Amino acid sequence: MSLLELEDVTMSFGGLTAVEGASFAVNPGEVFALVGPNGAGKSTIFNLVSRYCTPGGGDIRFEGKSILGCAPHDIPRLGIARTFQNIELFEHATVLQNLLIGRHTHRRSNAISEILHLPGVRAEERRHRLAAEKVIDFLDLQPYRESLIMGLPYGVRKIVELGRALAVEPKLLLLDEPASGLSAEETDDVAFWIEDIRKVMGITVLMVEHDMGLVRSVSDRVLALADGKTLVIGTPQEVQTDPAVIEAYIGLGDDGADE
Amino acid sequence: MESLQLLVSGLANGCVYGLIALGFVLIYKATEALNFAQGDMMMLGAFVTLGLTNDHYWALPFWASVPIALLLMGAFGYVLEITLLRRMSGQSQIAVVVLTVALGFIIRFIAGAIWGHEPQSLESPIAGVNVRFSGLVLGLDEVAVILVTIVLTGLLYLGFAHTRLGLAMQATSQNQLAAYYMGIPVKRVSALIWCLSGIVATAAGILLASKGSIDPNSGFLGIKAFAAAVIGGLGSLPGALLGGLVIGVIEPFAARHVAAGFSQVVPYAVLLLVLIIRPSGILSQVRDKKV
Repeated sequence: MSLLELEDVTMSFGGLTAVEGASFAVNPGEVFALVGPNGAGKSTIFNLVSRYCTPGGGDIRFEGKSILGCAPHDIPRLGIARTFQNIELFEHATVLQNLLIGRHTHRRSNAISEILHLPGVRAEERRHRLAAEKVIDFLDLQPYRESLIMGLPYGVRKIVELGRALAVEPKLLLLDEPASGLSAEETDDVAFWIEDIRKVMGITVLMVEHDMGLVRSVSDRVLALADGKTLVIGTPQEVQTDPAVIEAYIGLGDDGADE
Repeated sequence: MESLQLLVSGLANGCVYGLIALGFVLIYKATEALNFAQGDMMMLGAFVTLGLTNDHYWALPFWASVPIALLLMGAFGYVLEITLLRRMSGQSQIAVVVLTVALGFIIRFIAGAIWGHEPQSLESPIAGVNVRFSGLVLGLDEVAVILVTIVLTGLLYLGFAHTRLGLAMQATSQNQLAAYYMGIPVKRVSALIWCLSGIVATAAGILLASKGSIDPNSGFLGIKAFAAAVIGGLGSLPGALLGGLVIGVIEPFAARHVAAGFSQVVPYAVLLLVLIIRPSGILSQVRDKKV
């Protein structure tokens, strides 16, 4: 059974159709990439899957069940975590605190035992702290553990956001342009981490990415979109050589395929 | 000795301002709404308690009335959020300001219609009792105000820093979008913030009404509390309390040493001064953005 399924999903804003009849399925354990020129509908699909918007038609299923009845805050409980194109972190908190907020859905204690700091609370605290430290080690964030987000450079913030999503311990990770704004070396790190996230942590990844180099190196399958319509789904190689994709990129002259 | 007495009564007043400001900052931090009805919620909370406990009305025991009033006003805050404020999401901040100003008028009118416009005192066990500390005569009400404020602020601080709900509130105040995807029900958190804010306002109202008197216009104290919140740096809980204390302490000293007529202006002069020297408030968390 596929982990995430979109069936004939349509979304329009006013008169503009952002996504038209999108249907695809993401299998457990794969890295699935959405590519396409600006305005193709990639981010809209992301926002639909994370329940930020509700589609005009069609169905979205996670582990076989429709999620259209869920609120955005139910999404992490289902096992879906996401990052944002424009980095949405808790600016006045430290890196560690940001990761710990990622553990929110896993917390069980009640307010009174928390204020009294009972032993059960301490044990739980240790467990979450350990989970956060594991993420810190994995992403090499040790030097920034206690730094406030607002003082950190862009590249580090980007990684902290990835770390916060990992702290949720999701089954499906949605990465919105994980390499945008990163240097070549940082992008290589991201590629390396995505491999490990899939192989070691067993997390399925759905990502939007412009950097075709990264898409080629990490994804199993790629869906190319243009003007809200699905052009082709296939391996990175197949998609890159597809005439309709080349047409969409070069024909529109909108966004270079090889950035 | 006289200065010390002025200081204590100033601190007690300042605590009341601080508590109103605390409710104001709670809402501002979590939802970015400026609640100009905070002072009126304080007044309403005081009148509800007074209506429950004063002999003239329901004559319930004081210690039974207090939790009932806190609960009722918490529910009032909660309902305000889910019926009115929630509909304003996406509207400009000024729209919310106008809404809460109007809400203040309505609360004042209702309080006047039910309890009349004459100043009344809360019949509480702490009113009118004096305690002596080595020659210093303090009203038990003033001591109670200071103690209750310390305890309440401490509890709020612990609650914010260490509970799941408190962390959810902090997260919501810093980034609503991200909070959603951490699994935080942002809307329910906002409603709970208004509930909490109603409770804190009522605590302030009960303290104010037992150490003096209240009438429907007492809600205008909210203006001083707003000044306190700004002095402390909008968005900082300890700052709100500090701002309240600054204004509270300045007042009696100004009344004693500055010509009558000018003394009432002094707290606002301080507000202006703070805004000029440190525009983001004494304990603000806002720093210049790096470019």
